[in-house]
Amino acid sequence: MTRYIIKRFLIMIATVLIIATLTFFLMHAIPGSPLNQERGTNAAVQANLESHYHLDEPLFIQYLIYLKSIATLDFGPSIKHPTETVNDLLGRGFPISFELGIVTVMVALISGIILGVLAALKHNGIIDYLAMTVAVLGISIPNFVLATLLIQKLAVDWGIFPAATWSSPTHMVLPTLALATGPMAIIARLTRSSMLEVLTQDYIKTAKAKGLKPYKIIFKHALKNALMPVVTILGTLLAGILTGTFVIEKIFAIPGMGRYFIEGINQRDYPLIMGTTVFYSFFLVFMLFLVDIAYGLLDPRIKMHKKEGE
Amino acid sequence: MEKLLEVKDLEVSFLTYGGEVQAVRGVSFDLYKGETLAIVGESGCGKSVTANSIMRLIPQPPGRITNGTIQFKEKELRHLPEKQMRKIRGVDISMIFQDPMTALNPTLTVGNQLTEGLKQHTSVSNQEAKQKAIEMLELVGIPNPEERLGLYPHQFSGGMRQRIVIAMALICEPELLIADEPTTALDVTIQAQILELFERIQEQTGVAIILITHDLGVVAKIADRIAVMYAGKIIEVGTKKEIFYHPQHPYTNGLLTSVPRLDRREGKLIPIDGTPPDLFSPPIGCPFTARCPKAMEVCERVYPMQTELSETHQVECWLQDERAIKLLASK
Repeated sequence: MTRYIIKRFLIMIATVLIIATLTFFLMHAIPGSPLNQERGTNAAVQANLESHYHLDEPLFIQYLIYLKSIATLDFGPSIKHPTETVNDLLGRGFPISFELGIVTVMVALISGIILGVLAALKHNGIIDYLAMTVAVLGISIPNFVLATLLIQKLAVDWGIFPAATWSSPTHMVLPTLALATGPMAIIARLTRSSMLEVLTQDYIKTAKAKGLKPYKIIFKHALKNALMPVVTILGTLLAGILTGTFVIEKIFAIPGMGRYFIEGINQRDYPLIMGTTVFYSFFLVFMLFLVDIAYGLLDPRIKMHKKEGE
Repeated sequence: MEKLLEVKDLEVSFLTYGGEVQAVRGVSFDLYKGETLAIVGESGCGKSVTANSIMRLIPQPPGRITNGTIQFKEKELRHLPEKQMRKIRGVDISMIFQDPMTALNPTLTVGNQLTEGLKQHTSVSNQEAKQKAIEMLELVGIPNPEERLGLYPHQFSGGMRQRIVIAMALICEPELLIADEPTTALDVTIQAQILELFERIQEQTGVAIILITHDLGVVAKIADRIAVMYAGKIIEVGTKKEIFYHPQHPYTNGLLTSVPRLDRREGKLIPIDGTPPDLFSPPIGCPFTARCPKAMEVCERVYPMQTELSETHQVECWLQDERAIKLLASK
């Protein structure tokens, strides 16, 4: 297991490095530069600024400087926010985005699994049809449409929740709902179908023949097996939630990381783009790593397999 | 001998999109303490459904017990509330299923699965439950039981898993063990070992066994009595000797002659021609008529009454009915 974790960790580092490199060259392939403006700064000032941000160096040297900044985890000052470093911005934005992301994942997981299990247990009953209607709606409605609808109804018309910003738990309700509905629907559908399959397995019949109580059969014997596919797609869902936060943060005026990410690209703020990208990708890769570990914990057969494969 | 189980006029049907399938159509049999009763018959004849009905493990819907009584000791199981039924499952009556590869939960340790039934039904401590599990694994012949408790099912071979399944079924010391094709999914060499295990366990614990199988070799080895099922009915029942040496129903006869034999010269197998009747609309008369070499007119019209050939040997066939015999003689 330790060897497996070390191996996975090295792959993780390599993945982030590849993403960082691709981002760097793509970024420089976009025409324009952070200092290219219609403001008409004079040539000497322009040259000074460029040398300050190492923009006058050859691309390869810039790349090395950039790699060094990744290695030291210091992305330097932002070009557009000259009084703050990229690390400051990330430090301010990340906790908020993280909070939104984690609450969303929790809500999506818990409600999705509950909905899926209920639907499977009441297969072809009213609850099943209701849950699946909700799920199909959840999958088909994009989160930005849902967000505007929620704001219009729950915030503007009925005034139950605040429409925007991020300061108290009630502020979290609408963005979380908008962001969690899609993943929740996917999880619910997946849980339902895999639960239905697991419930027909022989070991469930064995458990029944042992005279176990129904809740034990469902939670101990069925759910653990039924959650395997859910864990598998959790990685992809996390990526979806991550990108979803950009849009949702924008709509609800949440001062998270997504804003800096979009702003950075729009204004060619190289250090900011690189800082956010590297940070995001590292975060995502790390989450996928955790998902893999969880997978091994849920299914003992996987651990063995990996060991034999080494 | 004391009666342990008495099944009377059991009828089970399944509602499907195509209509109602009458899987079991009036099955009656008795089971005595400590004996082994084999229920044999070809696929789809209702033997597994009968077994599952005793445990009330028929999926409902679509399945439904429509008639009959299942008397286990002083309890009538058919109408027992689910909560009380749970106290019988695994405690008084245990069941073993066909495929040991799928009968164990892949994500739980063997020890966990062995002890959970015991913990549910009795108030043993974890330590006592573990001790009991070790004893059971020893009983079924698994070496180093203590270390094996922490392993997962995939770390065992098929034969070992079936032993674990058997240990699991016996851990609460039931009086009746229903084994639904327990050796079908195993290698022939392992089959023999498992059958010997059944015999040994029965000697040691005195558990009664209902063995469901289509393998007459298995039956010959361990059964005391045999019930032959065809199209949802028990058509002949008798001791092992009576069924093997004096089969009276043409179907039983056909079954026995269809078994490949090493001492017969010609290498051809002798099948029973035709196929079993459609249980969506079972025939009014004897369901075997269409395939029976000795069928008479009456067979098609009226289902035969039970004829008692000896105290233990009963058959449902017109050929054995006195009236038919007289009629045939007068012609």
